[in-house]
Formats: sequence, C-alpha cells, structure tokens
Amino acid sequence: MSLVDLSQEFDSSVLARVLAKGRSTGAGFSEVFIEDKRNMGASLDDGKVEAVNSSRDSGAGIRVINGETTGFAYTADLTEKGLLAAAEAAAAAAATGDGQVHTVSLGTVARQQVNDVRIPPTSVPKARKVELLMIANDVARGIDQSIVQVSAGYSDATRRILIANSDGVLATDEQVRTIFRVGTVADGDTGMQTGYDSVGFTIGFELFDEESIEELAERAARQAVTKLRARPAPSGAMPVVIKCGSGGVLFHEACGHGLEADLVARGASVYANRVGELVASPLVTLVDDGTMSREWGAIGIDDEGHKSQRNVLIENGVLTDYMWDHIRSRNEGHAQTGNGRRQSYQHLPMVRMTNTFVLNGTEEPDDIVRATEKGVYVAKLGGGSVNTATGDFVFGMTEAYLIENGEITEPLREGNLIGNGPQVLADIDLLGNDFAMGNPGMCGKDGQGVPVGDGQPTLRVKSLTVGGTAA
Amino acid sequence: MSRHTVDDLQAIADAIVAEAREGEQIAASVTRSRETDVRVRNGEVEHFVSAQSQSIGISVIQDGRTGNSSARMFDEASWREVLAEARENASFGSVDEFAGLAEPDGVEIVEQKLWDDDLAAFPTEKKIEIAKELERLVLAEDPRLRIDEADYADGSTEEASATSLGIRSSSRSNSCYATVSVLVDDNGETQTGWAYALGDSPDKFDLPAAAKKAADRATRLLGAVKPASRVTTVVLDPMVTAQFLGIISGTLVGENVVKGRSIFADRLGEQVASPLITLIDDPTDSRAYSACETDGDGLATRRNVLIENGVLKMFVHDAYSARRAKTKSTGNAGGCLALQLVPGTKTQAELIAGVEDGVLIDSVQGLHSGVNPVSGDFSTGASGLVIRNGKTAEPIREFTIASTLQRMLLDVQAVGGDVDWLPSRAAGLSLVISGVTMSGA
Repeated sequence: MSLVDLSQEFDSSVLARVLAKGRSTGAGFSEVFIEDKRNMGASLDDGKVEAVNSSRDSGAGIRVINGETTGFAYTADLTEKGLLAAAEAAAAAAATGDGQVHTVSLGTVARQQVNDVRIPPTSVPKARKVELLMIANDVARGIDQSIVQVSAGYSDATRRILIANSDGVLATDEQVRTIFRVGTVADGDTGMQTGYDSVGFTIGFELFDEESIEELAERAARQAVTKLRARPAPSGAMPVVIKCGSGGVLFHEACGHGLEADLVARGASVYANRVGELVASPLVTLVDDGTMSREWGAIGIDDEGHKSQRNVLIENGVLTDYMWDHIRSRNEGHAQTGNGRRQSYQHLPMVRMTNTFVLNGTEEPDDIVRATEKGVYVAKLGGGSVNTATGDFVFGMTEAYLIENGEITEPLREGNLIGNGPQVLADIDLLGNDFAMGNPGMCGKDGQGVPVGDGQPTLRVKSLTVGGTAA
Repeated sequence: MSRHTVDDLQAIADAIVAEAREGEQIAASVTRSRETDVRVRNGEVEHFVSAQSQSIGISVIQDGRTGNSSARMFDEASWREVLAEARENASFGSVDEFAGLAEPDGVEIVEQKLWDDDLAAFPTEKKIEIAKELERLVLAEDPRLRIDEADYADGSTEEASATSLGIRSSSRSNSCYATVSVLVDDNGETQTGWAYALGDSPDKFDLPAAAKKAADRATRLLGAVKPASRVTTVVLDPMVTAQFLGIISGTLVGENVVKGRSIFADRLGEQVASPLITLIDDPTDSRAYSACETDGDGLATRRNVLIENGVLKMFVHDAYSARRAKTKSTGNAGGCLALQLVPGTKTQAELIAGVEDGVLIDSVQGLHSGVNPVSGDFSTGASGLVIRNGKTAEPIREFTIASTLQRMLLDVQAVGGDVDWLPSRAAGLSLVISGVTMSGA
C-alpha cells in the first residue's frame, strides 16, 4: 500500500483561500502546513511483546507573519471550514487591522525525492514486525548468562506533508522512517550494567534486509557484559579519542546548535559575528546535509516548503555560514538552506539541523590511539546538551575504555564529559580517515523533537574533562 | 470542581467501553485541551499561539494480550476505527498472565483544586502584557542584561476516562506560568539565567521576584572559572534536588523492581539513605504542583511513604506491577506523581554556613546523558559557587559532579527547610551531600 501525494487531497484553490484568510488582518505572509502522520510501534520487555501501538495524527498549522509578530493556530479539522477557522485565529493573533483583501496564487508542486522507499512499512504485516522483537530478545539473552533483562522496540513512521504559502510556494514530501532499538541489562559482582544500540534510517521495511537484528542485539548485549568489569571513569581533563560514527553528537552540541541562525540573531550563540573567522582546528570541515540519502535526518522538503540541501558550515576550521529558516533568511536577506523544521503541525518551525557531520581527515584510526599515552577511548556516546550562549556542553559516554601507553585497556563505567564548544573544536588535534555516520538521534530544542543524524571519523580532542570519580 | 462540563467526553468514553466483548477489557481516555503561548522580545510579540486539540486513546486486553491505538479526532466513526485498530494490535501481543486493567479498590478520591475560573476568564491582552512586564522588570535589574525570551503560557485540559471494569473518572484542569531566560554580557563574557512565575491565575504571579531570580542567576556566574578536580561537599539548590529526586524515583517504581532494573529491588526494610531522609510521594497534597486525583489506571491517588528515616519502606505500583509483585496498586500508574522530602529547619544560608569547603550547585546539565539509574552511576555537568568557610565565594562552571545514586543518598549531611513547590513532579529543597567528586581542569 502506498499513500498518495497530499497535493492530490487538497485543492489548491482551497489552500489559496485559506492563505488569503490568513492575511486578512494585514499580515504580509501566511502559510499552511498540512501533515498526515501514521505511526506503528511495538515494544518487547521481559520476554514479552508488551503492547502493540498505532496512531494516526493529521492536521494543519496555520502561520501568519505580520512584521515581527507571528500568529499561529492549528487544527485537526482538515475541511475547508476547519482550515479557514484556524487561519482566522492565526490572523487575529497577528492582527494590525488593515483588513485588506489579499489574493494568493500558488506555484506548481515542488517535490524532491531523497530516498526511495522500497517497502512501505504500512504494507508489512504487523506479525512480521513483532517477530523481529522476539529474535532480538532471543539473540541478546543467548550472548551471555549474565544478561538478565532485554527490551526491544520497533517503530515506523510515515509522514506526508504539504506546505503552501503566500509567496506562492507549494511543496509536498513523504518521509518514511524505520527504527529498531535493543536495550539490555547484565548482572554481575559489581551490580547491574546496561547496554543499548539502535539502527534507523529514512527508509522503509527494507531496513531489515540491509541490517542484521541479530548483530544489533549482540552488540547491545556485549556492551552490558563488558561493562560488568568496568572500573570507575577517571576524573579531570585528559586526551579523549572518539571512535568513528559514535561521536557526531559532540559536534551537534559543541557547535551545531550555535550555528542555528535564530540563536545567532538573538545573540545567544558564541559563534555570532564570527563568519570568516577560524573557529575550529583547521582539520575540521563540518557539513549539514538534509539530502544525505537514507540517513536519519534526511528530508526532501523542509517544513517550510524548501528543498533540503548540503550546507558547508565550517571549512578547514573557518566558519562559512549558519543554518537558516524562513524568518531569519527573510530578515537578513539570506538564501534558504532547507533547515526550517518542526515536530508536527502543532508546532512552529525553527532552525534545525538535519544530518550534521565532520569530513574525513588523513590519520589511521589505530595511529590515533597509539599516539595517546594516557586518556579515554569513547566507543559509544549517549546524549548531550549545550548552553549555546556560553558554549558549555556535556555529552554522556555509554561505552568507554582507558587508553594506557597507546593501547585501549580497561572498560569504564558511565559518566558525562564536559567542555566548551570553541575550545574543544580548537583542541581537535588528530582526525581519522574512517568516516562513519552514527546512531539515529532525536534532537530537542524549545520543547520540539526532530530526527537528526550525525557522523565523524575517529578523532582526538587533546583535552576534555572526563566526569568520573577515579583519581 | 465542575465535573459536568466534561459530560460529552464521559459519554464518549462510556460508549467505547460498552463495546467490550466477552473476555475483553477496554480502557478509553478522551481529552480536549487548549493552549495559549505568547513570546515577547524587545517589547513586541514575537509569536502568539492559540489552539485547541483533542485526542482519544484506547487500550484493549484480550486473553492477556494488550493493544493500544490513538488518534486526534473523537467522532464516532473515528473512535470506532481506533477501537478496531487497538483490537487488531492486541492480537499481536504476547500472552501475559498479569496483564489486565485495575480493579476498583474503593479508595476515596481526595479532591484537588485543579481548575481556576479567574484563569479561564483572563483576557488575552493582559497575557501579552504579563510577558512584556516580565521583560521590562528583568532589564531594570541590571544594565548588562539582555532578554533571550520572555514567555507567558497557559493551558487547560478536560479529560474523561472509563474502563470496562467500572472505573470512571473525569477532570478539568488549567494552569499558567511565565518564564524568562536572560543573557548577561561583561568583558566579552556571556552568562545565562532563567526564572519562572507560577500561580493559580496570572494575577497571582510574583513577576518582580522572578525577574530578580533570573538576573541573579546570570550575573552571579560572571567571571566563573573552571575549578580544579577534587572530592568535595555539595549543596544542591532546590531545583537540582528536585531533579535528583526525579532520578531516584525511577528506582522505586514497581515495574522496574519486578523486571529487575532497580538498584533497590532486594533492599526493602534496609537502610538505603541517611536517617535524615524521609521521602514521600503524595499527589493528594494540594501544595504540590503535580497534585492530582487519579492515577493512569483511574484509581484514587494516595500518600505513600517510600523511605522513612533512611529505611526503604515500599515501592510504588500500578495495577500491572502490583499483580506481578503479589501486592496492591498504590495508585501510582505513571510512576511517582508528587514527591517531597520531609524538610529540615535550616535556610540555605544556614546550611552553607555549616560547610567549610564545598560547592553550591546552582544548576546541572546533562542528567539524561550521564546518569544511569540501573547501574547507579551519577555524573552531571554543573555550575555554581564555591563555598569557603561557610560562605559563598567565586563562581565556577564547566565542571562535573559525580558519585553513585546509592552513595549520594547515604551521604546526605543535611536537609534544608526551604521547600519550593516547583513546577515538576518533585518539590525541591536544599540538600547537602558529601563525598562527591568534582571534575574540572
């Protein structure tokens, strides 16, 4: 079963009337964002498929911009009457009262296909999805007798969007994402430890032809088992080597958020007014690329109707550009970069990352470890967060090891790492040639979550503060 | 309480559960909500969001298998579709002998004041004015301050639920708050602060206090440096304590206990915390921000003493985990609902006076990434003020504090009397904890 393009469900003359209603109180800009999202998920815990869930959520968000003021309303009623009522509410919220009649003419539908979905998840029997959970459970439990608990989750989302605005933009996209997660608990002499791994792409059910659930479950189980013999992480500043494909979150936090034009415009970014300056080690070239096929943050069209694209943010250490959305690019006369995103029709769009990654360097990853006398090797990072105004950021290490005399030795218990963005970017002194994308991520900003990807080659930061308890 | 207003929602929930077939259990929840969100910057409205939404959620349990489905519309055609989907979903679940809805247990509801008519009638223009006023008050505090954002937000929810075992509940609630986040610049350095104002209705907000708090938080961090690594004593600010209690609460939830994910699973009756610690979950305490009348299973909420004088007394349970643990639900479907520590008597300043060498932890960053409640490892980014000879001294930032959850509970040296009913599922107060490793330069 494949879903039709949303532009076939909504008459452009209706959309034009809704946009005109949005401008009826004097606003210069109005926008309709229509979304139809179907989710299916199933979770396993404690050996049982606990619950199978599905949801359908469709509705429209109407945004009206009048000078510096944005009015916004949303509705789940997608009839012309419902859309007009929401447009009226949004217009009232941004009213100046000129009361003129505006007409809107829409262009032809813009689409951009960044992914081919071979097997729409909606076409796959639920029983087949549930079966995957049992496989993960059996494999993880079979890895070691210390594994005492396993959880697994499958979910897919099919999100169709349509954006029309009073500038004449008319665009649609269909975004299909499929993800699978495994969590484990191992029990040993020193208490319990956890393992976690996930695989997710902006593709359909073919994910499971390409990726092995067995290997995923094994990795999650081995991580917990290995950590049973982990010692407390060290405390203090030291060299940190981050394995390829595990540490993109470092850049997401250390500079990604700070390069979002809305935060820059508010003067809430340490990277404000620094375009053209050296903001990182010359080894670093940072890219945000929504067109990156398959990857978790891929989108054909952003949530403001603009095609996603590849944007170079930092080139050889020099800040080249920020990421932009409609309001910031309009205010500053900058081109759109395809970074206007929102969680759902109930949310206002803002500047968001897509797939953010650092390009390859030249070092052999083994040489980077060998060149490190004493430090920490991070094989898997957890989440992170940043204060963009100060640049201070943290990120968790969920699988890490000591480096002693140029060799990876003992596993370490979990902890946070803390650093300051510009300082850490300058302190990257070795960059590997083994680029890989990391696990699928969910980025939160201002209460909204959107899927993002990240990636990097193995690299070394010559000094980062490791937040453990050992001397 | 005016329950009559949700009659239309209750009728839908009742109609859904009336569809239950023999051997089938159905629970339905029907919700309608409204929200207003105003953001102001530089004296102008940056955005104004006004919307209403509705949702319906249905669970079906058949032969020990559970299926759920939800949607944003609740006309009859829609809910019938959702019910059919939930039934279909149930057919794919595993058989779980403990699956099942809550049985009515006769515990009486303790009524809470969840609805405020003044808030419901509060005019829109005055909401905008509140955000603007907060912005003005902050800027008047210190010429070096800038506004990152000033917001007013409110929401109301009407909800009705029913189960095929005869539990029915309905509620109508509304709430409002104003928040401000600020930036302060000095000598090329920027620091940040934030604060909020709460009240049953906006005319109860103490905006000057919020403005001062946000300004203080930001300005007192100016000049902060990265400290050297060492083991020290920390004084947690009430907001930080509330976050800490939120993490501890996960280890006391029955589901984590029966599934072997709690560090305290085998420790009932044992001393797991300092004798100074008495931890209570009491959503019937109307002072709690998250006070509520019923839990997620529809049972009346109640007061539960989880840790008393440091001794672990009980875990909290919903109907499912209670059945597995061969005990009764404690009215905690959804986990701990409104935690509080029994307070001591000292102010924060008095607690600090008792600390020769330590750190006042103003805020923490990264609790979601550096804390593992299953292993007990605790590590978080932080900023705050050095405590020297019983007084706060220079500001510090970009460091972590680390220990384990188990040790931190036992290492509590003092509990403050400065209870703050924060907008969270836990009330805060100042807490003094020794033996914490600070990692910095």
